[in-house]
Order: sequence, then C-alpha cells, then structure tokens
Amino acid sequence: MPALAHPKLQGRTQQPWQFQAVPRWVFALAALGALFILLPLFGMVAKVNWAQFIPLITSESSLDALVLSLKTATASTALCLILGVPLALVLARAHFGGQRILRALILLPLVVPPVVGGLALLYTFGREGLIGRSLNVLGIDIAFSTTAVIMAQTFVALPFLVLSLEGSLRTAGQKYEAVAATLGARPSTVLRRITLPLVLPGLVSGAVLAFARSLGEFGATLTFAGSLQGVTRTLPLEIYLQREIDPDAAVALSFLLIAVALVVVSLAYRTPRSPLRTLVPRGAP
Amino acid sequence: MKFSLVKLSALAATVLLATTVASCSGPGTPAAQTTPQTTSSAPELSGTLNVFAAASLQQTFTDLGTQFQAAHPKVKVSFNFDGSSTLVTQITQGAPADVFASADTANMKKLSDAQLVAGTPVNFATNVLTLVVPASNPANITSFADAAKPGIKLVVCAAQVPCGAAAKSDAASAGLTLTPVSEELSVTSVLGKVTSGEADAGLVYVTDAKSAGTKVKTIPLGLAKPTINEYPIATVSSSKQQDLAKAFIALVTAKEGQKVLADAGFGAP
Repeated sequence: MPALAHPKLQGRTQQPWQFQAVPRWVFALAALGALFILLPLFGMVAKVNWAQFIPLITSESSLDALVLSLKTATASTALCLILGVPLALVLARAHFGGQRILRALILLPLVVPPVVGGLALLYTFGREGLIGRSLNVLGIDIAFSTTAVIMAQTFVALPFLVLSLEGSLRTAGQKYEAVAATLGARPSTVLRRITLPLVLPGLVSGAVLAFARSLGEFGATLTFAGSLQGVTRTLPLEIYLQREIDPDAAVALSFLLIAVALVVVSLAYRTPRSPLRTLVPRGAP
Repeated sequence: MKFSLVKLSALAATVLLATTVASCSGPGTPAAQTTPQTTSSAPELSGTLNVFAAASLQQTFTDLGTQFQAAHPKVKVSFNFDGSSTLVTQITQGAPADVFASADTANMKKLSDAQLVAGTPVNFATNVLTLVVPASNPANITSFADAAKPGIKLVVCAAQVPCGAAAKSDAASAGLTLTPVSEELSVTSVLGKVTSGEADAGLVYVTDAKSAGTKVKTIPLGLAKPTINEYPIATVSSSKQQDLAKAFIALVTAKEGQKVLADAGFGAP
C-alpha cells in the first residue's frame, strides 16, 4: 500500500506496523455482519403490538418476571465480581502447574449449551446430587429456589467477567505494580491502589457482560431451578411460556428485555474509557 | 501475543469439545426393521415425508416411521418432535410439514384457522394424566391428595400448556388445591424433575410414566372423570406429498398403528 498518510498519524512516532488501513471488502462484510444482528431485532420490533404494549408488559406475571430478573442478575453479577476478580488475578498474575488447563475449564460455560450447565448444577447441588445430598441433610434445599436461579446465572456469566478482566490485566502489565512494590507497598495495597484502578475499564465491561448474560439466562435456569412465578420464573422463561398462548405478550416482553439490556450495556460502555487514559498517560513525555 | 494464542487454543479446544457433544446428541437413525409388506397393489410411493408431531409421540411415531419406511422402501420419513404450539408456529411460518399430529385439539384448531389443514383432522389417540414419584418415593406419597399437601415438592406443567390445563381441571375435579414448587414449560421437564429425584411428585401423561420405566412409581389419580386429551392428526394443506401424508395417517389410524400406540399407554380415540 503506497503511503496515504492519515492526518492523525502525522507528527506521531507510531510504528508503521501499527497502522492498518481497512480494505473496502472488509467494510462490505462488516456491514453484512451488522445487518445480520440488527435485522432480526427490527423484525421483532415490527411485530410489537404497540396499542397493547403497556398492558402486556405490566401484567402481574410480567412485572414479577422483570423484577425477579433484575434482582437475580444483580445478585449474580455481585457474585461474579466476588469470585471472578480473584480468579482472573490468579490466572493473569500467578504461575502454577495446570494453569492453562484450569483456564480452559473455567471458560467451558461459554461454549457448553446452558442446558448442559443446568444438568451439571443439578447433579451437583440437586437433592440427589454430589454436594446437594449433604446440603439436604443439613436442611438446605437449593433446587426450585431463587438461589438456584442466581447460581445458574453465575455459572454461565462468570467466564465473561474472568475473560474480560484477565485480558485487561495482561494488557496493563506489571510495571506500575513492580514500582509500587519496590516503594514498599504491600501486595494488598498494590492490588487496591494500582492494579484494580488500572483495569477498571475491563472490570466494568466484564461486569456488564456478566449482568447481560445473567439477564438472558434461560437453559440452565429452566433445568436447575424450575419455573414458578415470582420465585424462579425470570423474564426469558416468562417469554418462552407466553409464546405458547400469547405471542403478542412474548414479543412485548422480548422487546422489554432487549431495551433493559441495551440501556445497561450502553450506560456502562460509555464511561470506562477515561480512567485508563488518565491513570496511564501512555506515550506521554 | 503468546497469551492470545494460548487463549485461542484453549477456546478452540473447548469449542471442539462442545460441538462433539452436540453432534452426539442428535436423534439416532432407527435401525431398519422388517415388517410384513402391507401395500403392494397401490402405485409405489417415494420421496421424503416430513412429520411434525407432539413431543409425547416421539417413541411411538419413530417406531411407526420405521414401519412405514420398511413398507415403502423409496420413502424417507423425517420427524420434528416438539411442543404442539411450537410446531403450529413453525408450520404457519412456512416450515415444510406434510403431516401434523397434535397433543390437543386446540392447537390443531389453530392450524385449521390458518387454512393449513387439508380435510378433517382425525383423532387417533387419547392420553390422561397420572401422578409419578421417584422410585424411592422420598415423601411417601400414596394418593393424589398426598401430593397436594403443603411441604410436598410437587411439579406440574404451567396452565398455558396442554398438560398444565389438564392438571388444573383434574385437581378441580378431585377437589384439591395444588401448590406446586415449579410449573414447567413442558411435560418432559416435569418428568425430568421427578426422575432426577429433585421433585417429590409430578403430574405427567400415563405414556410418559410408562416410558420412564422403573425410574418412577406411578400412582393413578383415581378420578371418576379424568381430563382426556385427544390427539388429532391431519395432512398439512401446503404439503406437496399429499399421497404420502395420507398413507402415513392411514398407518397411524389402522390396526398396526393403534397397537403401537396402545402398547405405549395411549388410549383409543
């Protein structure tokens, strides 16, 4: 490619291999890709019965499902943060045997069908399951409870947070951590003052992905938690059920679910750009 | 760079694993079965017949499909088993169905209202609900009334699906108020919760109870007037295989078909 100098590149000391013009055919395929995602959304929006929209989404069962979905997705995101941040730190920073295998296994819920995840949870925490049997003796019964919904959501959403955060940790590198340590900061201080602020964007986007994934969870919930209004029937389960008798209600609820997910994702993705830039003025003199 | 390669290979490995699992779970091709030739004088039928049938018909219709293929060697029968209302949606959206067998008359009516039924649907079987408990019967349930007691983990179908509607009216005719811990979206989910021992009891069709074998204990509801679900079958009017479709429906309603259905626990129409 003959040099077609990009205005923004002039006067910067960038490596030549970092600049890559996007060929036109890539744009064409990218447009197709975007259409492939967007068209079905438009198709669904076109099906929404707007005259009945408000009554459809404010029925008692719909509101119960929406509230339950928001509650459980929030709880499972919190659980993902508590368990996922340490997991990502260990995977990115520590060195031990079997680390690669551990990473591959932890990412399994990303690629395994959620129903399989639900079955795995059932055979572990169910009444007859590996651990569930002992829990049952102690009087703890997880199946058919809201706890089961949160567990199913956390199971499928955790890899999203771990993956996103681990990537940020590796990109951020250990320079600043090392400097802080040589200045006498203890590991916990380094984690709190340097590492976490550095990877905040990755942490936020990971948490948002986890929330969105939890909000859309269906298969594992249905298999592990069952379906009862106000207890375990989240919005996706309600949509699937309504589809049987009232397609209009199913479409309205689907639209609601998409709207909620869209709001959450767009809100969270707008903010995280700044912290990294201000904290790590890369290339600054 | 090294990291992303490692990550990629880990992902690739898991994807590979996932797809292998998925490809193993597909419906197996039924082994060829020799059945006496039933039709010999009629013009030879050929082609592929797409049968859309209610999930509860999976075992019996797979058997009948094998019989049909044995009788007509040039015919390939392919099935789509799912909830009746899901099937109706698929057919009205243009899915290539030749025969539709529904688990209730309401869904068949939906299809005829959409002008997609050729001729009149024929009822070919009936089904009633029964109570099933895990083989170990952890809650010591011996009657329908036991299952309605508080504290019992009873699982039923949601009222929106046919098995749930039947459960509701059966409970009403027994004078019971059910307090289920879960209202599942399909009868197979109810059965799954019982066979896995998660639920103390569940309301399923007698045919489901029979197919579960020794994994469950069946307790008849003992109702004077149980809710009877009728199973209608019809040719889809948009089908290009009308002759094949009629021949298959004839097999289902004839003596051979009725025997297979009766063996599985279905009642006569």
